Amino acid sequence: MNTPIRRLALVVFAMFTALLLSTTWIQFVQAEDLRERPGNRRTLIENYSRDRGAILVDGTPIATSERTDDELEWLRRYDQARRYAHLTGYYSFTYGAGLGLERSEDSVLAGTDDSLFYQRLSDVVTGTPTSGASIELTIDPAVQAAAAQALGDRRGAAVALDPRTGEILAMVSQPTFDPNALSSHQLSAVDEAYTSLTEDPTDPLVNRAIGGDLYPPGSVFKLVLAAAALESGEYEPDTELEGGLTYTLPGTETTLPNFGGAACDPEDRPTLAESVQVSCNTSFAWLAGELGADAVREQAEAFGFGQPLEVPMSVTPSIYPDTMDDAQLALTGIGQFEVRETPMQVAMISAAIANGGVTMTPYLVEEVRSSDVEVIETAEPRTRSRAVSQESASQLTEMMTQVVEQGSGQAAALPGIQVAGKTGTAEFGENGAAHAWFTGFAPADDPQIAVAVIVESATDNWVGETGGLVAAPVARAMLEAGVQR
Amino acid sequence: MSTTSPAPSTVTSLRVRSGRTVELLLVVLAVGIVTLAYVTVNLTAVGELPTDVWWHVGLFGALALGLHVVLRLRARYADPLLLPLATLLNGLGLVMIHRIDLVQVAGGTSGVASRQLLWTGLAMAMAAAVLVLLPDHRVLRRYTYIAMALGFVLLLLPMLPVIGQTVNGSRLWIRIGPFSFQPGELAKIAVAVFFAGYLVSTRDALSLVGRRVLGLQLPRARDLGPILVAWSLSVLILVLQRDLGSSLLFFGLFVAVLYVATERTSWIVIGLSLFVGGCVLAWRLFDHVQARVTLWLDPFAPEQSDQVAKGLMGLAHGGIFGAGLGNGFPYITYYANSDYIVGSFGEELGMVGLFALLMLYALLVERGLRTAIGSRDGFGKLLAVGLSFTVALQVFVIVGGITRVIPLTGLTTPFLSAGGSSLLANWIIVALLLRISDHARRPISERSQDPSIDAAERTEAST
Repeated sequence: MNTPIRRLALVVFAMFTALLLSTTWIQFVQAEDLRERPGNRRTLIENYSRDRGAILVDGTPIATSERTDDELEWLRRYDQARRYAHLTGYYSFTYGAGLGLERSEDSVLAGTDDSLFYQRLSDVVTGTPTSGASIELTIDPAVQAAAAQALGDRRGAAVALDPRTGEILAMVSQPTFDPNALSSHQLSAVDEAYTSLTEDPTDPLVNRAIGGDLYPPGSVFKLVLAAAALESGEYEPDTELEGGLTYTLPGTETTLPNFGGAACDPEDRPTLAESVQVSCNTSFAWLAGELGADAVREQAEAFGFGQPLEVPMSVTPSIYPDTMDDAQLALTGIGQFEVRETPMQVAMISAAIANGGVTMTPYLVEEVRSSDVEVIETAEPRTRSRAVSQESASQLTEMMTQVVEQGSGQAAALPGIQVAGKTGTAEFGENGAAHAWFTGFAPADDPQIAVAVIVESATDNWVGETGGLVAAPVARAMLEAGVQR
Repeated sequence: MSTTSPAPSTVTSLRVRSGRTVELLLVVLAVGIVTLAYVTVNLTAVGELPTDVWWHVGLFGALALGLHVVLRLRARYADPLLLPLATLLNGLGLVMIHRIDLVQVAGGTSGVASRQLLWTGLAMAMAAAVLVLLPDHRVLRRYTYIAMALGFVLLLLPMLPVIGQTVNGSRLWIRIGPFSFQPGELAKIAVAVFFAGYLVSTRDALSLVGRRVLGLQLPRARDLGPILVAWSLSVLILVLQRDLGSSLLFFGLFVAVLYVATERTSWIVIGLSLFVGGCVLAWRLFDHVQARVTLWLDPFAPEQSDQVAKGLMGLAHGGIFGAGLGNGFPYITYYANSDYIVGSFGEELGMVGLFALLMLYALLVERGLRTAIGSRDGFGKLLAVGLSFTVALQVFVIVGGITRVIPLTGLTTPFLSAGGSSLLANWIIVALLLRISDHARRPISERSQDPSIDAAERTEAST
């Protein structure tokens, strides 16, 4: 009977070999994937066992971790929670690190980022528990506060940039939410809060400044047209354009009127500068046809359209449509048809014009500091692209200054400071309802801050809220706070 | 295993090493490892040692050394590795159960480890009793059919009203007063005795008679009876008690012993076909079997139990070197101190630790099979094969279930899992293996001279 026993021993050997292999497969080959699976409670608890780094604005923490005595050792707390909600995001046990910096800088805040390798190494040597790095933001609390207060309860978004560096000085999205409700350790309350936020038709979790469904830019897109015209070399600010009372869209019977049916010029021949100043629809629709879709798209892309951007939250690329007929091309000239923009992109256009035609890459993180307050990383301003020539930029600045001094954007004017700007009133839907835009920068001769503001239509009907009326005052408040820095 | 060494005197004599000194050293080593693990767990998870730590360690060490002394007195030539291996596994199990206790104190299920220590004492005492009361394993052969009846009764006990208990959908438990017990664990031993006794007498008929078809020696139809009985028994367990694991265990045990007894591959083919047939049937008929298979194929599929998924994440959390004893989160997985205790070890000791554990089991099984090979009587051979293969199969089924080699079925992990019945059964298995190995390794001059047993052996040897 010994031979079959020896064979049986081989069977046993095979059985144990299978177990060794399966163990290796799970604990070695698949381990990383399994650890990173969403909903892995072990990874979550482990993250909670570390002191997560703070998020600071001008030295004041807006997100911190506090010790608790429950199983999740640290509780995430947000100060001025609603004002900074879309910047911080939330840190929830159930829903993970979501939105904002909590998500995009998760590994830095958690202390697991590659850049913190030496920090972790020294932690191991000295026996201190690993803790996350803290992040200092580029946000100017005064500009952020001005934007939030001026926007009030209105839905919309506001972005402010330092045109010289690309620092993001303010980023506000309304409606907002309270991230404390999601970071609580009372998990059933968190579930309730999360459900009501995700089911809210006004989408409070969406950061409208950089994402969501994007907005039609309306007349603020005319800056791109004007830039394309100047860059083509065939137009000067005083070149006369065709701009009557109405413009018949090519190939259709449809006529496009000016805003309020007014004439742009007594002789129906407004110059490029005049067209910008009064935001003339007919001349820009005509101009789009003259320049052609490719030239307009090229200019839009030079400003940043269609390109991915991370600030470090990812900014949805703005869209200039790929295919269109002549009538649609004319409509893109006034920022309608399928042109879609983020407020961030609109602000980047103003910032490029303010910065002599050069776009700086926007960024939100000024500095990363380890738990022992050692600076690990300091942001360096980076040039993103040259959007227009220096000359075109100063010509555009001149035109935009006129908009605020004598044109549609007078509500953005500041005493003693020259402001450059452009209004927009972007129609959406069927009943003429429109979102109100304003973008600009100040001071015009030494730009320190560039802004973009959108105030969403509160109704589905046209109620007379133009960009100059409702968006310009918000921008004014931000510019005022910005130039006083 | 017996080696010779020259004696210093001029008269050369053979002296067989009993291996008891090696055993003693290894038992001390095992208790040492367990002590270290126990201290580590407390220091890591709580930061201080419980006041009764040395008392626990002392009790456990005394139990193991007590068994060693029993072996010295009653089974001098028994295999020297079996006791240290079982001691180490049992001790590590106690440590892990205690470790799970530490986090569950708030949940009110604490004290599992103290109960397990109590069971350990009882189980080791039972092992000692077996060694003392059973000087020769061949006596068991006389009780072949009583063992069969006992096995049946034990298996069917949980089906009785009042004392039978359904736990997690499986009807495997009996409860009398405060004590609950899984009689199936002990049934394993009774059934192994029955298989060994039955097959050692009938193996000739089973192996020699029959026709050859396609190169396979097929048995006569009437000789098929026993295997069909065993098969229906295991299917019955599956249907009535909804327990996939035990069903697999009993059938695997029978096929293995049958194969060794008859040396006929045909039995394996027949056994495997019956098994596969049974599996397919079970899969088609029972929802819970289907659920297990789905869970096996995709542990992360939504809308089903996340037991396997949680276990996998635990193993992954451990990685190669483990989170460290007391440093992981094994309690996130369900049954972290029973069915999934291997997962808990994998999380805290890592792949390396699991390898070591599997090696301990492999060694234990190997010593058992070696005992079978060395055994001079057919009954002892078959019993040793049956018992050691049971341990191997049980480890394979539960660890394989956790690591997705096969669908997960609930089985206890020998010596490690919390649970008295399993501990008791496995220590009896070790005691029986020790007894058989003592018999196998004992020099001729010291053999027992029981005429009735020897007569039985002689008739056997003629085949």
